[in-house]
Amino acid sequence: MNSKTEHIKEPLFHITKRDQMIWYKQWIIRTIAILAALVVSGIVIMVLTKYNPLKVYAEMFKGSFGSSRKTWILLQNLAMLLCISLAVTPAFKMKFWNLGAEGQVLVGGLASAACMFYFKDSLPNAVLILIMLVGSIAAGIIWGVIPALFKAKWNTNESLFTLMMNYIAIQLVSFFIMVWVPSGSSVMGVINQSSEAGWLPIVFDQKYFLNILIVALLTAAMFVYLKYSKQGYEISVVGESQNTARYIGIDVKKVIIRTMVISGGVCGLAGFLLVSGTNHTISKELAGGMGFTAIMVSWLAKFNPVLMVITSFLIVFLQRGAGEIATAFRLNESVADILTGIILFFIIGCEFFINYKINFKKHKEVK
Amino acid sequence: MINTIFAFLNAAIIQGIPLLYGAVGEIITEKSGNLNLGIPGIMYVGGISGIIGGYLYEHSTSNMNPFLGILIPFLSCLLGSALIALIYCFLTITLRANQNVTGLALTTFGVGLGNFFGGSLLSFFGETGSISLYKTGGYFKAALPFYKNLGLFGETFLSFGFLAYLAILVAIVSNIVLKKTRVGLNLRAVGENPATADAAGISVTKYKYLSTLVGGMIAGLGGLYFVMDYTAGAWTNNGFGDRGWLAIAIVIFAIWKPASAIFSSFIFGGLYIICVYIPGLSSSAKELIKMLPYLVTIIVLILISMRKKRENQPPESLGLSYFREER
Repeated sequence: MNSKTEHIKEPLFHITKRDQMIWYKQWIIRTIAILAALVVSGIVIMVLTKYNPLKVYAEMFKGSFGSSRKTWILLQNLAMLLCISLAVTPAFKMKFWNLGAEGQVLVGGLASAACMFYFKDSLPNAVLILIMLVGSIAAGIIWGVIPALFKAKWNTNESLFTLMMNYIAIQLVSFFIMVWVPSGSSVMGVINQSSEAGWLPIVFDQKYFLNILIVALLTAAMFVYLKYSKQGYEISVVGESQNTARYIGIDVKKVIIRTMVISGGVCGLAGFLLVSGTNHTISKELAGGMGFTAIMVSWLAKFNPVLMVITSFLIVFLQRGAGEIATAFRLNESVADILTGIILFFIIGCEFFINYKINFKKHKEVK
Repeated sequence: MINTIFAFLNAAIIQGIPLLYGAVGEIITEKSGNLNLGIPGIMYVGGISGIIGGYLYEHSTSNMNPFLGILIPFLSCLLGSALIALIYCFLTITLRANQNVTGLALTTFGVGLGNFFGGSLLSFFGETGSISLYKTGGYFKAALPFYKNLGLFGETFLSFGFLAYLAILVAIVSNIVLKKTRVGLNLRAVGENPATADAAGISVTKYKYLSTLVGGMIAGLGGLYFVMDYTAGAWTNNGFGDRGWLAIAIVIFAIWKPASAIFSSFIFGGLYIICVYIPGLSSSAKELIKMLPYLVTIIVLILISMRKKRENQPPESLGLSYFREER
């Protein structure tokens, strides 16, 4: 492209790195990218289904906000995706590729489900919920910190390590479901259906209100932690350059392990919220790919917890909306993944125009 | 007993073939410094492209030619995988986007694409039911005619369709190209240190594009093998499962050597289904045994990071985009 090595011809343009682009220009570029993505998605929808894309988008909007119940489901999904995105962010900012959020959420959920299953209603509900909360966070921490220990000690590749931990978590969940469900079915029913032991209480008549509130508080806390605390600063220094960090006296190993404790712990919390507050059961699909989507949410928001509200909304809206159009137009529900993919490609691609500048040759040279 | 062991070996090889394609594709890609986490998605696309090609051919004629019946799905698989790998190339090489994020997005997209067409291809043509191209599948499954004469040995090691042998051939050829040819040397240079390669007059962009495209096409064949040979022309949504990620794990297990990937894939294929062949396991214990491939990968990962042998390390610039003015 820009780096043709022929000697006679000069390249048509060359690329240089930009200085920091002013923030509103950055957002103009990102908005254009999203609009372009919507146009392309519209064309794809039209080609695949021969429906008018505007009608499809209207249907998506109705599917997400059509009734107060749908809006609450959207908010609940948004909260869960946001929670996991917040979890991966500190690690991610440190350039620790935690691809294991999926597994960390699962073991967190598993710990909650185990408490619900074994204690049943033998404990006061508040005590049980507290035990579940602690257990879930601890499980998430264990799952997250194992790869971190090896990363700190031997620089073991963390992205593949955490990825593999996901599948171990999945099998662990399958194992316990097999143990718990006597019929040998691989589906666990709702736990404590009659006693509702270990279920998060319903506040203000809304099943999901407590989940959403907890995640909202967490967002604020994470924002402050990353931006204003000493530990948050250490995370960004380690992410920029481990050598610089060592030079100014930061204990890099300690930062890696501590950050993964936080990352895994928040994932465990997400697992707790999903089991205790949302599903009241456990399955292999508890995290449903959110562990991966969260990475993109966090990255698109440039690790800023407040912006993550917007980016996770975008993704959740697309997925909910696409799910609705799938039923409305009798399409396969995977259309959601296709649309998400297209939008992600555009947003990922547009970063180039924020970070780099294309300099065209002023005069056409004589060959 | 002996029959069970041979049946297990046979199944391990069958399970290993798609993993081998994926692993060799990913090795070639990674040698250029591109960590393509989109391989699982590419394998889905490879599979569904083959299905679409096969479906269109099977329904355009009543008198099928076995040669075309293989060639058309094969080429459509290569085309589909190349196109989707091209998205990854353009974003990470030309636009220098983050490789991990792009790869994960590509996997979401590719799996979605596979399941979408798998689930709605028939309804596009006003049919119902699920896709089952048993004729095309039959062509792909055709084995060497004389294997039945060779008894247990033939049944175990020679009863495969041609794609299985092609996988091994591709792995061996890739090994030779990477190790013994100038192209391979240049490619490795690009993956180890693109700035140095650039200074030596190697086109970094060209090599990265080429290896990622070829790698994607090879990985796509794994998807084709799965849908045409393993399931004999039938598509089930998410049927391919997490095999794409296992293929990426094999890359580590085989320490970035395509030839070692052959046996590694068979080992992983065996671990993937060993729970079926251990007698007397309860269904819960089976779930624990299924952890084995992932546990083994983690152990290998730790061991190679502890030993720090130079020839066992990943390509030096793996995961980084190259920008000439920044070095």
